[in-house]
Amino acid sequence: MKLPFGLPREEFLLPGHTACPGCGATIALRIVMKALGPRTVFVIPACCSTVIQGIFPGSSFAVPVVNIPFEAAAAVAAGVSAALEQLGEKDFSVVAWAGDGGTFDIGLQALSGAAERNDNILYICYDNEMYSNTGIQRSSATPIGAWTTTTPTGKREHKKDLLRIVSAHHVPYAATATIAFPKDLYEKVRKARQIRGFKFLHILTPCPVGWRFDASKTVEISRLAVQTGYWALYEIEHGKLRISPAFTPYLDKSRRKPIDEFLKHQLRFRTMTPELKAELERAIEEGIERLKREAELV
Amino acid sequence: MSTEILNGNHTAAYAAFLCDVDVVAAYPITPQTPVVELIAEFVESGRLKARFIRVESEHSAMSVCVGAAFAGARTFTATASQGLALMHEVLHWAAGARLPIVMCNVNRALGSPWSIWADYSDSAAQRDTGWLQVYCKDNQEILDSVIQGYRISEDSRVLLPVMVCYEGFILSHTYMPVHLPPREEILDYAPKKKPSWALNFDAPYTHGNLVLPVHFQHLRRQMHEAMQMARKVIVEAVDEFRKRFGRFHGALVETYQMEDAEHAIVSIGSLGAESFLAVDLLREEGLRVGAVRVRFYRPFPSEELRQLLKEVHSVTVFDRFASYGKGGMLSVEVRDALFELKDPPAVHGYVVGLGGVDVPYTVLADFVRRTVKDYAKVKRREEVIML
Repeated sequence: MKLPFGLPREEFLLPGHTACPGCGATIALRIVMKALGPRTVFVIPACCSTVIQGIFPGSSFAVPVVNIPFEAAAAVAAGVSAALEQLGEKDFSVVAWAGDGGTFDIGLQALSGAAERNDNILYICYDNEMYSNTGIQRSSATPIGAWTTTTPTGKREHKKDLLRIVSAHHVPYAATATIAFPKDLYEKVRKARQIRGFKFLHILTPCPVGWRFDASKTVEISRLAVQTGYWALYEIEHGKLRISPAFTPYLDKSRRKPIDEFLKHQLRFRTMTPELKAELERAIEEGIERLKREAELV
Repeated sequence: MSTEILNGNHTAAYAAFLCDVDVVAAYPITPQTPVVELIAEFVESGRLKARFIRVESEHSAMSVCVGAAFAGARTFTATASQGLALMHEVLHWAAGARLPIVMCNVNRALGSPWSIWADYSDSAAQRDTGWLQVYCKDNQEILDSVIQGYRISEDSRVLLPVMVCYEGFILSHTYMPVHLPPREEILDYAPKKKPSWALNFDAPYTHGNLVLPVHFQHLRRQMHEAMQMARKVIVEAVDEFRKRFGRFHGALVETYQMEDAEHAIVSIGSLGAESFLAVDLLREEGLRVGAVRVRFYRPFPSEELRQLLKEVHSVTVFDRFASYGKGGMLSVEVRDALFELKDPPAVHGYVVGLGGVDVPYTVLADFVRRTVKDYAKVKRREEVIML
């Protein structure tokens, strides 16, 4: 028997992990692991998942895991993948599973190197839009207007558009996802698994601790991110951009919820000025119009 | 066995080829670049069935090697200077994870200011990363040390990475005859084997997750014990190498004319080769001088030095690396090794040849003459020398 959304019942994230209550990254991890199955190596740099695994000699992962330094995820994954192929292994996945700090910031160089070489790995950035593990500091994935401990009056700059940076490397597959749409996430991972070369998945994973919302609202916040247009769901396959069905309704501005619906639950936006909010709304609108053009819908 | 005229860098590439490495990841840096170029040729011509990953930095070069070694592959890389410094973080990781990686480091000074010439400031600064370090005096020793390196590194009693060091330009770009044993004989001497802990989908392990202090100190003590055990494994490996291939560069140290020596020179790398010539010169003058070349800097040959130097009056140590505010670290460690002797010899340490300054054996002989003259009055000397 399958779980809701057609997800397989078999679990590879075991009970006893040490994530915070309501952790979005852990929900994403559970779905990704179901999609990849047992023949998967996880390569994990410094990030929340370093903690989520649990403490030696225990581990909450039922697949092989290699922990590595902060900026090394893509390169280590490339090494694991090349070696397994060279040693004759077939039908496996090597996943670099990294947070936004390890991807947008310190790991960007290794990520770019592996993407340009088209190394046969699946790089997944679970994005909670800040350095959560060290206690909520700004990263280049933090959105404009958001409070963090290093932007006490709110960040003034926009979030980096990472998927475009990665897809500019001519990679065969790049996509966005978020946990409120588990089937969309699951299917994107299944698709990526079948493609040879460099695959990139960017998952928005709300963080109750850092975003300052109630731990029971993680999925709701994720859904609102999509419904307000804050987080677009799409994929770029061999340069061809396609809007994901779950996001299609929100291409139409009249069907989108006001951005306040997404912002109001999160105390990180409590001090956001009207100017910064207007700038965020403008960027969302511009981003979606650009997606429509590139998907050749207009 | 064939004999080729090779420079040090091409020798290193041949060594990787003959050891049939599975994965190579490297980034070009002067004076290491020809290693990478020749390996690319080996791989693209199909002579070496390996994956060659042309990484975007040395940090990624070592990271790729770490990943590949976790998977159980035989890995190789080469670097120098700034590149080694950039790897620093991952060097610790490789040793801490007990990965048998072999890397060549072409010794070159660290900036600023820019220098492309030899000294040991790059590899000496990595002394405490948990890597075995071997320093070569000629190109043949580069080849043989890489081969021995895989055997030692992959030994289940050691499982620590090995750094094979040789000086930029002095060896890297100097051509010498190098004997190349057949690959089958090398692979029989250093057979490839997959470690028991290599990644396995049927028995999934989590490598390197958070450990509590009590476990961490236990793992680090095991690392130290493995490094101590490596002394024995090195001796076994070089003895077996001598039996099979008829060559011997020393185990942890190489000695020259030490049997009746009253004064000793201790040095490392190509300075060691120069020191042997200085011995000949000084013996012609009637001075009973011998030389010890430190081959393995880690594990450090304390016991060997103690035994070799217990009867001499003086030791003149030549270092190609300065610890600013102290002096030459080799002389510090030599002095430490001799501390337990009842009547330890005078130890005069000189830091020479920084940034590639040429240090001919005649200069070394000058310093030894100075030591011989005043060792009875001057028990300890630490100087950084400009030639």
